[in-house]
Amino acid sequence: MSIFGEVPQADPVAVFKLTADFREDQSPNKVNLGVGAYRTDDCQPWVLPVVRKVEKIIAEDHSLNHEYLPILGLPEFRSSASKIALGADSPAIRENRVGAVQCLGGTGALKIGAEFLRRWYNGTDNTKTPVYVSAPTWENHNAVFSNSGFEDIRPYKYWDGEKRGLDLAGLLGDLESAPDHSIFVLHACAHNPTGTDPTQDQWKKIADIMKRKNLFAFFDSAYQGFASGNLDQDAWAVRYFMSHGFELFCAQSFSKNFGLYNERVGNLTVVAKDQDNLNHVLSQMEKIVRITWSNPPSQGARLVAITLNSPELFAEWKDNVKTMADRVLLMRAQLKDKLKSLGTPGTWEHITEQIGMFSFTGLNPKQVEYMIKEKHVYLMASGRINMCGLTSKNIDYVAESIHEAVTRVQ
Amino acid sequence: MSARSVFGDAPFASSAKKFIEDFKRDTHPNKVNLAGREYLGEHGQTTWLPLIRKIMQQIATDPTLIPEYTPVLGIPEFSRRATELALGTDSPAILQSRVFGVQTVGCTGAVRLGAELLRTCFCSGSSWSGSVFLSSPCDESLADIFKATGFEDVRYYRYWDAESSGVCVDGMLHDLENAPDHSVVVLFASGHSPTGADLSQEEWKRVAEVTMKRQLFPFILIPAQGLCSGSLEQDAWAVRHFVSLGLEVLCAQSFSHNFGLYGERVGHLLCVLRQNLLAVQSQAERLVQTLWSCPSMDGARVVATVLSNPAHLAEWQDGLKAMAVRCMLIREWLRERLRLLASPGCWENIIKPGGLYCCIGLNAQQVEFLAQRKHIYLLPNGCLNVSAINSRNLDYVTESIHQALTSQL
Repeated sequence: MSIFGEVPQADPVAVFKLTADFREDQSPNKVNLGVGAYRTDDCQPWVLPVVRKVEKIIAEDHSLNHEYLPILGLPEFRSSASKIALGADSPAIRENRVGAVQCLGGTGALKIGAEFLRRWYNGTDNTKTPVYVSAPTWENHNAVFSNSGFEDIRPYKYWDGEKRGLDLAGLLGDLESAPDHSIFVLHACAHNPTGTDPTQDQWKKIADIMKRKNLFAFFDSAYQGFASGNLDQDAWAVRYFMSHGFELFCAQSFSKNFGLYNERVGNLTVVAKDQDNLNHVLSQMEKIVRITWSNPPSQGARLVAITLNSPELFAEWKDNVKTMADRVLLMRAQLKDKLKSLGTPGTWEHITEQIGMFSFTGLNPKQVEYMIKEKHVYLMASGRINMCGLTSKNIDYVAESIHEAVTRVQ
Repeated sequence: MSARSVFGDAPFASSAKKFIEDFKRDTHPNKVNLAGREYLGEHGQTTWLPLIRKIMQQIATDPTLIPEYTPVLGIPEFSRRATELALGTDSPAILQSRVFGVQTVGCTGAVRLGAELLRTCFCSGSSWSGSVFLSSPCDESLADIFKATGFEDVRYYRYWDAESSGVCVDGMLHDLENAPDHSVVVLFASGHSPTGADLSQEEWKRVAEVTMKRQLFPFILIPAQGLCSGSLEQDAWAVRHFVSLGLEVLCAQSFSHNFGLYGERVGHLLCVLRQNLLAVQSQAERLVQTLWSCPSMDGARVVATVLSNPAHLAEWQDGLKAMAVRCMLIREWLRERLRLLASPGCWENIIKPGGLYCCIGLNAQQVEFLAQRKHIYLLPNGCLNVSAINSRNLDYVTESIHQALTSQL
């Protein structure tokens, strides 16, 4: 008799399966537009030059001790990372009501935030507080919150498939009808998977309703700097909420903008009403961290901290980030142009209107299947493509494939 | 926005490690921290074997290593080697493909994942008592992990016997005999924290018998394999014995102490099953994604590099043995000094266990005396980390302990 006897098989994660299928594909023309990691024009992962530089600095520093980090993480990482999100001159930081927890990537930051909210937000141990995630959203959001104990995870309208843009009316409607104190997971910029962000005016409308109804803003910021190429611009929404009196969480990931995917560098920034409340929150988060991973890994955080705290290295990093963002913008522009010149039916403005790593092409599941099976171009069933998978060498082939899919498959 | 903070219901949680903070604030020149968790070298700092340092540098400057997400379950080579380390390369369970491993964020991550996995698996079937047994004493966070993952019935089996300064095996066996069906039992293969007291092979055989008889589920921790007895095999003997009896086992391994990779957070959850391995593995994968998505790479790379290279492996084992021997030596010094000072108590039991931790049987008042008056910090239950004792502070520590035992407090 085994307690494992009746355990059901869990569903495979779509994006990993896609990559696995891609790997097995023998076609010389195959293109992987699935998983969300940056690639150079040679379709290679890219170690940022500034990262190489700082890695060497760390490797040669024999004075570093090898103890456990504090439970909440490396202090110089936490504070510099929060500054990146909120701005170095943020009044909230000056008022000592901003704190942070170093976490295992963006996922870890979401996890710690979710575990805290489930215990201490909207009453004590209130697992019934609705958690709203965008429709669609990153496929792991739901699981992180539900595994933290939240029982009621709901979609809020976001993507308008017909318009191929933001369903603002639907979004605002869902905000209005949400029970007060509901938690809303907001993408700080470069929405995953649609690449469609609210404009500043639209953010203002969102913030208005959220303030009125005391809805909690939990930002997911995985692409800061990567979206527009400008850190401050990409942080506009978070800073707007902060400057309008919101207490909020911001789960930051440095996987993409530092290329530190496997170092698991994340930061949960907490903005509270005052220092006292902040200290309460951090003390409870410490207890939560203690029973999750005890203390976080040091390498990646050290690297980011050194970079952010040195003016020269910081400037070099911003430059590296802009390099990545610019390449994405170039691919967007070129893909749109090629589709237009091919006369591919439909409008393709959304390719350049959308922002960040991903684009919601608008291809339907049948067309996606065609792309994969007939053309060996791998993308998500939702029609999401990773712009980083496009290169000057494969963009013609991809554009032609999209053209075929759209014209041959309804 | 309302005037009240939305976080207003969160009370302030005082740190569980108050004594660490007290130590940090203490400005006394002779202060000694015997309550830390890391292995400290003779110089009073954490240390890396030269081999580890070399490999870390190689990895940090290796241009061929690509920045991509680690697989969810971790680096396969690391998992393979960690599994072999725990079970032995010729383990029938490995040969029969009844084993899978998950690279985790340290030992805590392994215990957390294991607890979540057990809860998931128990809930799929019908037999769920929600009971877990931990040793008395044990680290508070262990109980908290199980509680947080849904084990509502956290109980303790007798373990440390202050009078005999050792394990009270009979009490332990009795408590396990009377455990609810399908209780999870958390055991330390070696390097028990915080007491350092371990079971003999004969005693393990008896525990395994009861485990089988009562259909308890063993969750075995190996926090410092090789550092306790100096032998990798001996420190994992309990796990291998349980597995050889055909028992299903979860095993949480830490590579913090035996590789000095504290900050790198290298842990491993080993799962030995009788059936349904792929389904359980898929559930583990799903759970990892809700915790940390995928683990960090560096530390596991180092471990994999060492364990898969015979020359490195030999060099590492030598270094490990030296650390274990140093701990034994310090225990000898402690015993000798306390004997010479004619400190009341039986000090033979200090040298019986190996590894980092030792329980010298001071009561709460005596522990506080040491902290407040002598600036020597022990764990609240009178346990201490022997590696923090060195030739410079040995006299001061032993004299202070003597004082604590002989003064009117």
